[in-house]
Amino acid sequence: MSIFYFVAFLSIFFALMTIFAKNPVHSVLYLVITFFTFTVHYILLNAQFLAVVNFIVYMGAIMVLFLFVLMLLNLNKETEPLRSNLVKIMGAIAGMCLLATLLGAFRVIEVNNDYVTGNTDVGLVQNLGKVLFDEFLLPFELSSLLLLTAMIGAVLLAKKETKESNG
Amino acid sequence: MEGAFILEKLILVVIIFTISLVIAMYSTLAERKIAGFMQDRYGPDRAGLFGLLQPLCDGGKFFFKEEIIPAGAHKPLFIIGPTLAIITACISSAVIPWGQNLTIGDRVVSLQVADINVGVLYIFGVIALGVYGIMIGGWASNNKFSLMGAIRAASQSISYEIGMGLSLIALLMVTGSLSIGDIVSQQSGFVNWNIWVQPLGFLIFMTCAFAECNRVPFDLPECETELIGGYHTEYSSMKLGLYMFSEYINMFVSSALMAALYFGGYNFPFMYDLGLSENWITIIGVLVFFTKIFAFIFFFMWIRWTLPRFRYDQLMKLGWKMLIPLAIANIVLTGIITIVKDTYFN
Repeated sequence: MSIFYFVAFLSIFFALMTIFAKNPVHSVLYLVITFFTFTVHYILLNAQFLAVVNFIVYMGAIMVLFLFVLMLLNLNKETEPLRSNLVKIMGAIAGMCLLATLLGAFRVIEVNNDYVTGNTDVGLVQNLGKVLFDEFLLPFELSSLLLLTAMIGAVLLAKKETKESNG
Repeated sequence: MEGAFILEKLILVVIIFTISLVIAMYSTLAERKIAGFMQDRYGPDRAGLFGLLQPLCDGGKFFFKEEIIPAGAHKPLFIIGPTLAIITACISSAVIPWGQNLTIGDRVVSLQVADINVGVLYIFGVIALGVYGIMIGGWASNNKFSLMGAIRAASQSISYEIGMGLSLIALLMVTGSLSIGDIVSQQSGFVNWNIWVQPLGFLIFMTCAFAECNRVPFDLPECETELIGGYHTEYSSMKLGLYMFSEYINMFVSSALMAALYFGGYNFPFMYDLGLSENWITIIGVLVFFTKIFAFIFFFMWIRWTLPRFRYDQLMKLGWKMLIPLAIANIVLTGIITIVKDTYFN
C-alpha cells in the first residue's frame, strides 16, 4: 500500500505541475511523467497489458504528437490567447461536474474488490483477450469501428483537394 | 524474493550491460574498418594492434573535449535529452533471452533478465520512449536547425514504428505469444525458425529497424552535409558521444531482436542430436546467438556503405504508402494461411 501512496502522490504532483507550468512544452513533459505514473499504477494492479499499452499509446504516440505540434507552433506569451472570465467560470463548472461524477462512481466501489487490490489475473494479456473477444465482443467491435471512422476522417482531412482536371 | 535470485539477476544485468556497451564501443571501430574494407583502404590501424585501442581513444577524446551548453538553451532539458537516449537504449535488452537455462549445482539460472508476458510490447514502449530523447534534445538546444532536425527524426521514428508494429502482428499470429522467451523456444532446430513462415514480415521489420536506428539509408536525422546535422547540432563532448553511443546500442539491440524473433535466437541446427549436455547446449546457444547478432550488425554496416540516403519525401512515401499496406497485406495473408491450415491440414 505504501508504494501506492507514493506513486499516487507523484501522479497528483506531476498533474498539478502540468497545470501550473508556464511553458507549454514543459507542461506536456510533466503530462508525460503523469502518464508514466499511471503505468506504474496499472502494474501495481497486476494489469500488465494495460500498463504496456498505456505506455505505448499515451506516452509513446499521443504525447509525442502533442509535443510535436507544440514545438512546431513555438508558443509564447505574445501568442497566448486571452481567456475571458466566462471561459474560466465554464471550465470550473465543467470540472466540478466531472468531480461529482467521479465521486459518485467511487462511492459504490468496494475497497476489498479483487480489481482494486490487484489480486486478479484478468489484466494479463491472455485473460483480457478472452474477455474482450467473448463477453464484450460487440462493444469491442463497435469501438474499433469508431476508431476506423476517425482514421478515415483524418485521412480525408489531411488529403489535398485535387483540382478538377481540365479534360 | 530470495537474496540469491536478486543476486543472480543483478549479475546477469551487469554482464549484459557491459556486453552491450563493449559491443557498441567496438561497433564504432568495426564500422570504420568495414568502411575501409569496402572502399579499399585500411581504416584506423594506428592505436594498438589493428587499431583495437581506437574506441578507447575516441571515448577519451569525447570526455576531454570542452563541453558547450549554448546560452539560450534550456539547461536541464539539454542534459536530460542525451540521458534519456542512452537510458532507453540500455533498458530494451532486458527482455531478450540470451540463452537457455544454465544449471549450476542444483540452481537453474535463466539467461533472460525478465521474461514478462508482454515482452514484445515492452520493446515497443521503449522504442517509443526513445523518441523523447531526440525531441527534448532538439528543442532544448533553442536552435531552429536542431528543432527541425528533431522533428524530422521524430516523425521518421513514429512513422516507421507503425510499420514495425504491423509486421510484428503477423509474427504474433503465428507464434501465439507476446513473450520473447516463448517465441524463441518455439523455434528450436532449424526448420522452425520464423523466417521461413514470415519472410515478408521480416523484410518489413528489418527495414523499419533500420529507420528506427537512424541508419543509412534512413539517416536523415543526422546527415551532416545537406541537413546541418540535425537534432544534435548544438551538442558537443560526451553528450554528443552519448547520442552516438545510444545509436550503436540500438543497433545491437535491434540486431538481437531480429535474430531472436526471426532467426531462432539461441537455437542452432541439430542442437539436440549431438549428444551434448544441457549446459553445453546453452553455452553454444549463447555463442550462436551472438554470431547471428554480429552478422546482423555487419549487415547494418554493409548497407551503410552501399546504399545512398533517401530524400525525405521518398522516406515518408516508403513508410506510409508501401511498408504499411504491405504489412497489412501480410497480416491478412497470414490469417488466411492459418485458417486454411487449421481447417484442411489437421
